[in-house]
Amino acid sequence: MIELENISKVFNRGEANEVAALRNINLRIEKGEFAVIVGANGSGKTTLLNILAGAEKASDGHVILGGKDVTGLAEYKRSKWIARVFQNPYTGTASDLSILDNFRLAALRTQPKKLVIGIDAGFKQRVRDMIAKLGMGLENKIDLLMGSLSGGQRQALTLLMSVMDTANILLLDEPTAALDPKSSALILNLADRLIKEFHLTALCITHNLKYAHQYGSRLIQFQEGGVLRDYHANQKGALSLQDMFGWFE
Amino acid sequence: MTFYLQALQLSLCLGTMCMGVFISMKIFNIPDITTDGSYTLGAAVTAVLLSQHVPLILVMLASIAAGAIGGMLTGLIHTVLRIEALLAGILVMTGLYSINLVILGRSNIPLIGTSSIFNLITVFSAEISNNLVVGMIFIIALVTLLTFVLRTDFGIAMRATGSSESMVKALGINNNRMKIIGLAMANGLTALSGFLVSQFQGFADFNMGIGIVIVGLGSVLIANALKTWLNIKSIAAQLVLVILGSLIFQLVLALTLASGVDPNLLKLATAVFVLIIVALPRVSSALKKK
Ligand SMILES: Nc1ncnc2c1ncn2[C@@H]1O[C@H](COP(=O)(O)OP(=O)(O)OP(=O)(O)O)[C@@H](O)[C@H]1O
Ligand SMILES: [Mg+2]
Repeated sequence: MIELENISKVFNRGEANEVAALRNINLRIEKGEFAVIVGANGSGKTTLLNILAGAEKASDGHVILGGKDVTGLAEYKRSKWIARVFQNPYTGTASDLSILDNFRLAALRTQPKKLVIGIDAGFKQRVRDMIAKLGMGLENKIDLLMGSLSGGQRQALTLLMSVMDTANILLLDEPTAALDPKSSALILNLADRLIKEFHLTALCITHNLKYAHQYGSRLIQFQEGGVLRDYHANQKGALSLQDMFGWFE
Repeated sequence: MTFYLQALQLSLCLGTMCMGVFISMKIFNIPDITTDGSYTLGAAVTAVLLSQHVPLILVMLASIAAGAIGGMLTGLIHTVLRIEALLAGILVMTGLYSINLVILGRSNIPLIGTSSIFNLITVFSAEISNNLVVGMIFIIALVTLLTFVLRTDFGIAMRATGSSESMVKALGINNNRMKIIGLAMANGLTALSGFLVSQFQGFADFNMGIGIVIVGLGSVLIANALKTWLNIKSIAAQLVLVILGSLIFQLVLALTLASGVDPNLLKLATAVFVLIIVALPRVSSALKKK
């Protein structure tokens, strides 16, 4: 469960270019909920995810994960609970490392990285089995450098990597923004499947209203750093795509 | 012949420094100038302790530790104070210049009649051949050790840190700590080079490190060109290429000297050589575009 209490974020406070990116946000996302976040450019969506993950510090307020106040905890420590998929496929993976090495690190997200060789035949098989789920034929290419793959392939792998180790929370920031329509559909489908299979609590930002309508058990619209609309499962189900297009007119 | 064998020997001794530069530059993507200072530091510590007849193994460990502390300082300045790595390295290098002078107590300490790693085992009676064997054993052991480290889970995390910081943080790795450890390793290896070279040449000198980072850089760039050319991926092979890069670099310098270039111009020749290595791929790709 995620609780955000009175979260505010001001960039460049006291300077000419001061921006109030988030204004007093209060949100409670239940365990297992899949919240889709929409909102105009600059409405604070990414900032919220960054504050949740610990990549940015809130100017005010508290972040509580599973009842534990993590407001002051560094990003790399919060990754015990949080897995992330970024807008840019290059951000979530290391280009200079092989697919296998990337998966090895992902499998140790919540654990110390020790001075032992952890990649053995068993681990390789586990990675191959995992990647075979994608049906992209990548399972036989685990020694390829991540950098040699397409954005769609990398994004799909990043998603799989997020469930290599126990995860509770999955944050997706426009995971399909850099992808073609076919890869986009594949990625969201996969995300949806993984969220259900692993009982993840998920937040997914998207500008694609069709996806926002189709996926998720909750829909939140941001505007100018605040929550404008918040629809829970049954309310969301009653929404038509037409209604949603109306929000942005 | 002796001339080239000496170049080969020197390239082995400088090989550990090149591996250090490989770690800072290729693995962590950090241009680390501390190298110049930590190389001399390793030599200075070695010369002083050997003169005091401290056991060789302790001397070696002490010089590695001294270099590692230098690297850690650069890492701390870079990560905690958020000062650019290049500047952090220059600051520590400059500071080390004085520290090296203090350690040496004068500008130069000759190592005559002191114990030496090259006399540790005798395979050949001829000094130069024996030195080569010792150097090779040393480098092979080091390449093996580093290959192991870089293939462990910790090593994968190290390599990832230089490749994608955002990913590394999202995967629970303290990237600042990683960088500090990486710079400590790199400079420990560099100081180890100072340890070897001072015994090979028989003295430690306060300005022996000036421009040494360029030698490391050039060697690593040669290794990188070979890697692309031969399409090499394995870590072990990359480390071997770094040593090969060091060898090619020293041979070119030896040839330059043999062709009658004034030894005073050696640093200039080094700089020009590295410039050529850096510029060649760019010039050729620019020509291809036309
Ligand atoms: N590091 C920063 N420094 C200064 N201002 C920032 C910073 N990051 C974000 N902002 C500002 O905060 C506001 C919210 O940005 P944010 O990236 O959260 O929006 P967003 O909803 O994700 O937009 P988009 O849909 O374009 O991704 C914007 O006005 C932005 O310019
Ligand atoms: Mg955004």
